[in-house]
Amino acid sequence: MDNKKTKKALSFHIVKREQTAWYIGLAIRAAAVLLALVFSGIVITLLTDKNPLAVYKSMFDGAFGMDIRVWSLFQDVAILLCISLAVTPAFKMKFWNIGAEGQVLIGGLATVSVMMFLGGKIPLPLLIIVMIAASVVAGIIWAVIPAIFKAYWNTNETLFTLMMNYVAIQLVAWFLKVFVKTGSGVLFPMPEYGFPVIFGQPYLLNIIIVAVLTIVVYIYLKYTKQGYEISVVGESQNTANYIGINVKKVVIRTLIVSGALCGIAGLLLVGGTNHTINTETAGGRGFTAIMVSWLAKFNPIFMVVTSFIIVFLQKGAQQVSTDFRLPQAISDIVTGIILFFIIGCEFFLNYKIVVSKNGKEND
Amino acid sequence: MLAFLVSAIRLGMVFLFGSTGEILTEKSGHLNLGTPGIMCVGASCGCFAEYLYLKSVGPYASPVLAILVAVVSAFIGAALMGLLFSFLTVTLRANQNVTGLALTTLGIGISDYMIAKAGTSFGRASKFFSASLPFADDLGWFGELFLSHGVMIYLAIAVAIVCSFVLSKTRVGLNLRSVGENPATADAAGINVSRYRYVATCVGAGISGLGGLTFIMDYLNGNWEYCIDAFGWLSIALVIFTVWKPNLAIFGSIVFGALYIASSYIVGVSFAGKELFKLLPYVVTIIVLIFTSMRSRKKNQPPESLGLSYFREER
Repeated sequence: MDNKKTKKALSFHIVKREQTAWYIGLAIRAAAVLLALVFSGIVITLLTDKNPLAVYKSMFDGAFGMDIRVWSLFQDVAILLCISLAVTPAFKMKFWNIGAEGQVLIGGLATVSVMMFLGGKIPLPLLIIVMIAASVVAGIIWAVIPAIFKAYWNTNETLFTLMMNYVAIQLVAWFLKVFVKTGSGVLFPMPEYGFPVIFGQPYLLNIIIVAVLTIVVYIYLKYTKQGYEISVVGESQNTANYIGINVKKVVIRTLIVSGALCGIAGLLLVGGTNHTINTETAGGRGFTAIMVSWLAKFNPIFMVVTSFIIVFLQKGAQQVSTDFRLPQAISDIVTGIILFFIIGCEFFLNYKIVVSKNGKEND
Repeated sequence: MLAFLVSAIRLGMVFLFGSTGEILTEKSGHLNLGTPGIMCVGASCGCFAEYLYLKSVGPYASPVLAILVAVVSAFIGAALMGLLFSFLTVTLRANQNVTGLALTTLGIGISDYMIAKAGTSFGRASKFFSASLPFADDLGWFGELFLSHGVMIYLAIAVAIVCSFVLSKTRVGLNLRSVGENPATADAAGINVSRYRYVATCVGAGISGLGGLTFIMDYLNGNWEYCIDAFGWLSIALVIFTVWKPNLAIFGSIVFGALYIASSYIVGVSFAGKELFKLLPYVVTIIVLIFTSMRSRKKNQPPESLGLSYFREER
């Protein structure tokens, strides 16, 4: 491990941690979030000469201030969590699917098409079943195309899935121009064909669905044979080949799961929340989800926490910009700063710095 | 037709800056998905510095200095973003994809904030950038096609040619490519992997940043638009399209520029059809990506260790 000999006095070197105790891990992560908050507080104060405490209060207010804000917070957490769950199986396999944005959008587009063309013509329960089927199939198609090329020709999946995002976005833009009768390109919401409202809360159904999905994905990854195969392929393809796992099959199958979940996220966004679609419906969540999943170390239960933190920050920062008449951009800056702190703190989880006082170590 | 080509060249140079920078970065083994954010920051730093400069000198602005101020600040601002990326991925060994995406979020935020402070109109500054050679108009179509452009267009081509030369013909370029292909071997050969990755990423980011500045100051004549990040993603696409070669990128970027604006110049394309036309650069990129991977010729592949961090201890 640390056999690099140092010559300068008071030098330090990096040693890999063998195992990180959970409390150390928690402490480092908490410290990172805290430092990030302090740092972004300083940045906001420098940029605006506002009292940082007032800024934090307004941030908290933005997330929890009213009933409707709390619901909207949890709704956003649910959607982000759903997309994070979707990208996780692929990531665990080291398949860098950064096309969740497109997969969600195409799932949403499939849903909205069903609502537009079949809505009112068939009974609602049947309509919803068709919506589910259409969105899942659309998501799968968008994810499985890069997977097939990756499996058979080793085509770079990061770049392929990235391009697929923009194909999806342009398809949505085209759809809106062609099929919106008024020609305005803005599709009027169709809540009458959306999901039923339960207990008087329009977002509750989405939240319940995602909660169930979280548990299902957790079990799938942790306790099933397929989940195990995903981990093996992710750790080492050579090992997987050696023990007789069909890597091509695993790659394609995993991306079918991934794409289906993305399709469902699109379904929830369109069928449950917005009842319409535009090119911003996914709103960058496909990319944010990657960070959520990665920061949670691909553990679905931790993802609940990481997606909550990120949505809280975004909602809070939006409120800050309204309250203090700052540009909306401040929310992106704060999110970026905090993400960097969390990304940076991973280093201290995996490595420790050893300072050697008097340089020349003897063997 | 002539207007179409001229316009394609002007837009193409935005992609050329972006992708030349990204090629340098990727050759060192870094897949920097922060390029959209970096281009935004480059554009806003350049515009912001220009705004401060013009405000301080009043009506007596020197054209050379005006251009220099904007270009240098755009380069430095963007290079700092590259420095942040390298610090996280090389020193702190963070995941490149995640870091890059976070960098894009941060970059868009920073640039929107700066523009909210400086205003969205840089028409006066843009005049310096679009000034062309005085005799260009006298040479007919030849002059219009090759000589009528602003300074950034020629700078983009020069930078691409220099990068191409450095990468393929010099010792530094050979070392850089070996770092991207196989860092462990490069390390064993005595090449400082971390230093090459740091420098390549920072310089690459700086060059990409100039793309954002070109878009605002040259292509849009100084009117800010919040869509620079789209060009960042297209620049990453262009890197694949030109199979990691800056000299091919000169032509590739003009093709991309042409594809992007084609719908406005072809008669009879409906309003909706234009949206389908905008698909073309992405679809073409996907086809190139598939094609190069199927033929799997060694020359046209991505750098072997693209996207992988290098830890000496984990060899």
